[in-house]
Amino acid sequence: MSVINSKIPEGPLAQKWTNYKNHQKLVNPSNKRKLDVIIVGTGLAGASAAASLGEMGFNVKNFTIQDSPRRAHSIAAQGGINAAKNYPNDGDSVYRLFYDTIKGGDYRAREANVYRLAEVSNSIIDQCVAQGVPFAREYGGLLDNRSFGGAQVSRTFYAKGQTGQQLLLGAYQALMRQVNKGSVTMYTRNELVEIVVVDGKARGIITRDLVTGELQRHFGHAVVLATGGYGNTFFLSTNAMGSNGSAAVKAYHKGALFANPCMAQIHPTCIPVHGEFQSKLTLMSESLRNDGRIWVPKKKEDAEAIRAGKLKPTQIAEDDRDYYLERRYPAFGNLVPRDVASRAAKERCDAGFGVGTGLAVYLDFKSAIDRLGRDAIEARYGNLFQMYEKIVDENPYETPMMIYPAIHYTMGGLWVDYELQTNIPGLFAAGEANFSDHGANRLGASALMQGLADGYFVLPYTIQNYLADDIRTPRMTTEEKEFVEAEKSVKDRFEKLLSIKGNRSVDSIHKELGLVMWDFVGMARNKEGLQGAIEKIAKVKKEFWTNVRIPGNKEGMNIELEKASRLADFIEIGELMAHDALNREESCGGHFREEYQTGEGEALRQDDKFAYVSCWEYQGTEKEPKMDKEDLVYEYVEMLQRNYK
Amino acid sequence: MSNFLTTSIGRKFLMSVTGLFLMMFIMVHLTINLLLIFDDSGDLFNQGAHFMATNPAIKIMEPVLALGFLVHIIWSLVVSLQNMKARPIGYKQLNNSQSSSWASRNMLILGALIFVFLVMHIIQFFWKIKVTGDPLLQHVTVGGEEMENTYALVATLFKESLLYSIAYVVGAILLGMHLVHGFWSAFQTIGFANQIWLKRLKVVGAVFAIIIAIGFSVIPLYFQIKF
Amino acid sequence: MEKTINLTLKVWRQNGPKEKGRFETYQVSNISTDSSFLEMMDILNEQLISENKEPIAFDHDCREGICGMCSLYINGRPHGPDEDITTCQLHMRKFKDGETVTIEPWRAAAFPIIKDLIVDRTAFDTIIAAGGYVSVNTGGIPDANAIPIAKVAADEAMDAASCIGCGACVAACKNSSAMLFVSAKVSQLALLPQGKVEAKRRAKAMVAKMDELGFGGCTNTGACEVECPKNISISNISRLNREFLKARFSD
Repeated sequence: MSVINSKIPEGPLAQKWTNYKNHQKLVNPSNKRKLDVIIVGTGLAGASAAASLGEMGFNVKNFTIQDSPRRAHSIAAQGGINAAKNYPNDGDSVYRLFYDTIKGGDYRAREANVYRLAEVSNSIIDQCVAQGVPFAREYGGLLDNRSFGGAQVSRTFYAKGQTGQQLLLGAYQALMRQVNKGSVTMYTRNELVEIVVVDGKARGIITRDLVTGELQRHFGHAVVLATGGYGNTFFLSTNAMGSNGSAAVKAYHKGALFANPCMAQIHPTCIPVHGEFQSKLTLMSESLRNDGRIWVPKKKEDAEAIRAGKLKPTQIAEDDRDYYLERRYPAFGNLVPRDVASRAAKERCDAGFGVGTGLAVYLDFKSAIDRLGRDAIEARYGNLFQMYEKIVDENPYETPMMIYPAIHYTMGGLWVDYELQTNIPGLFAAGEANFSDHGANRLGASALMQGLADGYFVLPYTIQNYLADDIRTPRMTTEEKEFVEAEKSVKDRFEKLLSIKGNRSVDSIHKELGLVMWDFVGMARNKEGLQGAIEKIAKVKKEFWTNVRIPGNKEGMNIELEKASRLADFIEIGELMAHDALNREESCGGHFREEYQTGEGEALRQDDKFAYVSCWEYQGTEKEPKMDKEDLVYEYVEMLQRNYK
Repeated sequence: MSNFLTTSIGRKFLMSVTGLFLMMFIMVHLTINLLLIFDDSGDLFNQGAHFMATNPAIKIMEPVLALGFLVHIIWSLVVSLQNMKARPIGYKQLNNSQSSSWASRNMLILGALIFVFLVMHIIQFFWKIKVTGDPLLQHVTVGGEEMENTYALVATLFKESLLYSIAYVVGAILLGMHLVHGFWSAFQTIGFANQIWLKRLKVVGAVFAIIIAIGFSVIPLYFQIKF
Repeated sequence: MEKTINLTLKVWRQNGPKEKGRFETYQVSNISTDSSFLEMMDILNEQLISENKEPIAFDHDCREGICGMCSLYINGRPHGPDEDITTCQLHMRKFKDGETVTIEPWRAAAFPIIKDLIVDRTAFDTIIAAGGYVSVNTGGIPDANAIPIAKVAADEAMDAASCIGCGACVAACKNSSAMLFVSAKVSQLALLPQGKVEAKRRAKAMVAKMDELGFGGCTNTGACEVECPKNISISNISRLNREFLKARFSD
């Protein structure tokens, strides 16, 4: 299992994908009907893959835990989607998009994958426009672009502040069209609880019908996991309440490699935590940093007075404010990449300059309002300001917003090769669920691009290459022993969970895990802390498996049982993240080890030792996971220190 | 076409078209009726009524009008019944005055009350004029032409009965309320509205409804107060 | 400023789709006015779990007002007593200390109850499946800028497209009509040249499906527009009527 083959095609970088497509195996139309493809998840990657494969004639079964495919969390993406169209004629190209993504990812992504992503990015925009996605336009009727962090060109397409919603609805509508035609069967409120492997190949899944509680067996010639990221390991994140990493954990337990688990992105502009009852964190679009200035008081006594409610931010004189991003990074100022901005906020708050509860900084629009007028600011950010006011009950036109970093996206995920196939044949992973394209840090407006690239333009090709060898495999009955055994193991697991009958609710244990993760495996990590975290997580795990309380039974809808099952898997991921973070003795992108920083507190990579993807292999419940390496070879790009000063 | 009328929009289309037709009738009706208060001798009104009664075009329209009423009434029942079926279990607590006007939610009730009024109205005037006759309708000669004294029938009722006068004012107000919603709603249903026209139609509809309500109320009040 | 309040909650409880439901009364105390309505529900559920009772089932997911999952009918209004928000964005500062809050599920024949406050909104997906799309396959598509679209039309399409499919329009409508939902999608696609091609077919198919699924008809009360968390205009309903009538009369 430890021989890692990323299957990167031959040829020069720009030719690899074309070469692959020219030489891959295809399946003829009459055979496509005989092949079943299971797709788990209906976000951008899942819905687009299911729709595309359905259109091609495969028999697709699509699963979601939500009541409708349209609810997937891709819907919440605000900012936009990148593409190398170069419509504004500002010098953009496929190569530049590729280069920016590699650099933004702090040189920890695979060149060939990222190049392909940049290459298909343009087709995504074409596809979405044809579907009726109402992108923003100029008065001339052509598409508008905006700029985004980490790039010098304007290449971001957007639909108001709801780009993710519009792209997802486009894919969802294409998907529903196939449902209507009968080529895709939709299973809603249905959760994957186990993956079935037969003779070394993924051949199906076991699901739980969340309404009836019934376990179901489903066969597929191939299985695609498009189940999103695992940011909710931290309990508080910008992810939806239902977002979970369970499908990835099931795959990992079946032998799939988990790549770069410690790479989690922390978004700098979220509404701060306001109390222990808080259930999730709300993201405020990164675009706010275009006009907002971030600051904390210069004097500690001012910060203390603000925290005590004795002073208002508007009373702090200009000279007593510390615009720390502008101070530290004069070249990029408030527009430094997400990881840099987040760490700088944490640094100030840890030093005692935080406002609000102490874990918040100001994002101030006063100078922008003075310069551009209130109307201009309202036109740009009106809906975001309104959202802020609804939540915090303060008027951001008059008093500065408070923000603080929060977990947002996980770059790590299931290891996949160039074909998006995990090391288990027939098991594919797409979108945020895989690790492939963002390295150690993702740039804004790239998640939507990757999800749709995987679903519309990569998987439909690569999965055919796999299925072409499977045309003689008849549909299996789900009475095969592997299916029966898989279902039994799931049943046992649920019964075990229900039999604990302890004293603590699932959420209370999840919050405990989240605190450990945030304090020790969060924005800044160190060896001692991580070692401690591994022990603490083990304690949480023990507490969970001995003291969790789940009312109700396994028949019918049981939300606590669903949550408990997911939490059990989050605990596994937490352990894995801590192990990976401990192993990676360098700082890169979203992974910051305090021991590895420059004199000025910037991330310090160790390219000679850690220019690899860490691939974790499951060894059993009580054993520590084993790590394999996929070396990252850079043929076209030179690894440089990122510099935003 | 038959199944067009069973679609939700088709059913509403029929309500809208008959409604618009009835509104046109109401306008003509009000115009003629207002002659009652501009000439106390009654000649003007009698001439108007005579013209309406003898005009061949109006004669043709009479059964069409009856059909319009019938369809509007029957279809309102069909539509309401279908709509009630869409929510078999209601809410325990409703607070919908925040989001819609009382009239818009109670068009059926308003319509039913107007129907009651309409029956009374027909018995008092239309029925007497067309079928049973009435001593008050004795022929008069206006401008050399002999015609029924419809004026006497109407004027006598309003002069002599406070109760009926009030009933007619109430009827006019109910009709106005029905039209405040009905007017713009009819245009909305046939697809003649957008963001700008929606606002305009609501204003025009309100003005129209007020004119109708005041116009019809003025007549009994005029007779009550003056005589 | 933050303070805490105590509330009496009357909540609809129903064990399963076919079971009989009833209102249960609960007390919650020391609820911070800065917490969201759903966080208050979380606190109540923690309380129930500690008493070894089954927590209240309610739909929710993104908790930032975009997924359309949350769907509570609070004190007689869908998404409760605030404007332009979903239930998850409703905050407790909108309630008074000692108040009684009634929480019900969406009520409509087309949205059967699954459990407690959770209803089945699959009907919306079925309507979209009937025609709420542009019939294009993946790939082989002309360049995105090949057809210019007037900014006004694109912006209006975007406004219609911002529907989150929560179903508040159906819940608010006295007829449980889905016209606002259907019209938003029909409008969005009819406004764009890409969608215009099959506009007639779409309008007919979606309306037919909506009727078949047991939604009521539109009587233009306008309640849907007021309660819509995304402020979708009923002028879309007029456009749907227009599209539908055009399609039927040109048959």
